[in-house]
Amino acid sequence: MASLKDATAIAGIGQTPFARQLPESEKTLACRAVLAALDDAGIAPSEVDAFASYTMEETDEVEVAKAIGAGDVTFFSKVGYGGGGSCATVAHLASAIATGQASVGVAWRSRKRGSGPRPWRNTTAQLPTPAQWTRPFGLLRPADEIAMLTRRYLHEYGATRDHLFNVALACRNRANQNPAAMMYERPLTRDMYMTSRWISEPLCLFDNCLETDGALACVVVSAERARDCRRQPVYVHSAAQGLPAQHHGMVNYWNDDPLSGPAWTAARQLWKQADFGPHDVDVAQIYDAFTPLIPLSLEGYGFCDRGEGGAFTEGGALEIGGRLPLNTGGGGLSEAYVHGFNLINEGVKQLRGTSTAQVPGATTCLVTAGEGVPTSALLLRTQ
Amino acid sequence: MADAKAPPEPLLTPVVDDDGAPFWDHAARGELRIQACADKTCGALRWPPRPCCPHCHSFATEWRRMTGKGRIWSYVIPHPPLLPAYAALSPYNAILVELTDAPKIRLVGNLVARAGAPPNSVPQERLRIGARVQVVFAERGGIVLPQWVLERS
Repeated sequence: MASLKDATAIAGIGQTPFARQLPESEKTLACRAVLAALDDAGIAPSEVDAFASYTMEETDEVEVAKAIGAGDVTFFSKVGYGGGGSCATVAHLASAIATGQASVGVAWRSRKRGSGPRPWRNTTAQLPTPAQWTRPFGLLRPADEIAMLTRRYLHEYGATRDHLFNVALACRNRANQNPAAMMYERPLTRDMYMTSRWISEPLCLFDNCLETDGALACVVVSAERARDCRRQPVYVHSAAQGLPAQHHGMVNYWNDDPLSGPAWTAARQLWKQADFGPHDVDVAQIYDAFTPLIPLSLEGYGFCDRGEGGAFTEGGALEIGGRLPLNTGGGGLSEAYVHGFNLINEGVKQLRGTSTAQVPGATTCLVTAGEGVPTSALLLRTQ
Repeated sequence: MADAKAPPEPLLTPVVDDDGAPFWDHAARGELRIQACADKTCGALRWPPRPCCPHCHSFATEWRRMTGKGRIWSYVIPHPPLLPAYAALSPYNAILVELTDAPKIRLVGNLVARAGAPPNSVPQERLRIGARVQVVFAERGGIVLPQWVLERS
């Protein structure tokens, strides 16, 4: 059977500034990020023949293609479940290119979540979850839905708010090294964390991601083509999506084990196709809309056993020099929340050796999409 | 501003779909019923409701009455920013109850002091994972919702 392993590579990345509010439209920001990524790769926009995006993206491929001057497009896909689809965009492009459906693929995300309305305020739009069983009771926001799982997780495994703080701190420390990060000049202390206001107990302000305007994009081509591009290729070593049996989205309350989510499913497929395992990962970019997603994902992707995700964060494990340096651009918690696309680009920067918080000699990187919804993940590596 | 004179938005009511409608019909009669496979050789409970049984694939469905007893599996205390009607009640609780009759089936609800009381009517210190609760029912905006009260020991 044909394999995706190292058959394609990310040849270019691009991004706009990140801010609470940017004046330009989402469409304009999308075009800026896409053109920046193509310029980074040294590939003309007219060569683009594939697009991939994920839901909650307002700008469609028709708009982007005509604005940037793409040629005839022969592959386009849109992945569901918001932040769960980030890595799947690269996976879909890799599949299309490896099977000859297209040759130059662009994935992007543009979002004005900072300026725009909070999605949960729309009470008429039904969420991709069975809202009739949850929302009338005041479980209104993603933060409430994840807080429910978090309290149980803390109760069942003895994890603590200090473990969640370790996650917030690692991300903030990396943002403090990244001039493009929204929290670049804003250090975080344990006292600030422990005394901050609640959002949904047991989650406080600093357990929640930022609200950001911004856009990012990347360019996927065949491995062969990538070697002729301007930048060092970053190979798509393995890719997976994950929708577990009897999964229920962010309100995963109705199966036998609500604390094992889509990460476990994606991980099994991801590692099955890979030449290396969790202990060979040099740096990880793990989706962090909320801090508790990190311990859950650490367990799901096999960095530790069930219930040990909290303890894993101790002793600076997630910092540079620790067991698993995490979200080295600052992540959704402290760089920008653009539905996880900044995690993909940061993974590329690490393997190029150009991160603002570089892990020395990094050759392998795990990137994940949103845990708690049908998800996706990538293993990236240098050759 | 015109908005300032608008009546306050009420608490949300369920947006009922075909699969879930029987639950609300039974709740209106004061009964907590959970969807189950009606195939005699299967009979598995399932939640949330759906068109067919994920175990045996039968489309034959019944709604099985529960005792309404359960335990708190987890809970949250939401704080603003929230929809205005909920912000006015904050801090309130939202709880997840695992049913004694079917421990893998868990229902989201509110712990209240008595049927019809608001979701901020129980002091926070009384919320505890594992606490025994009992279903009660109360009307909101023309539909009857389950609520939960602490079981007297």
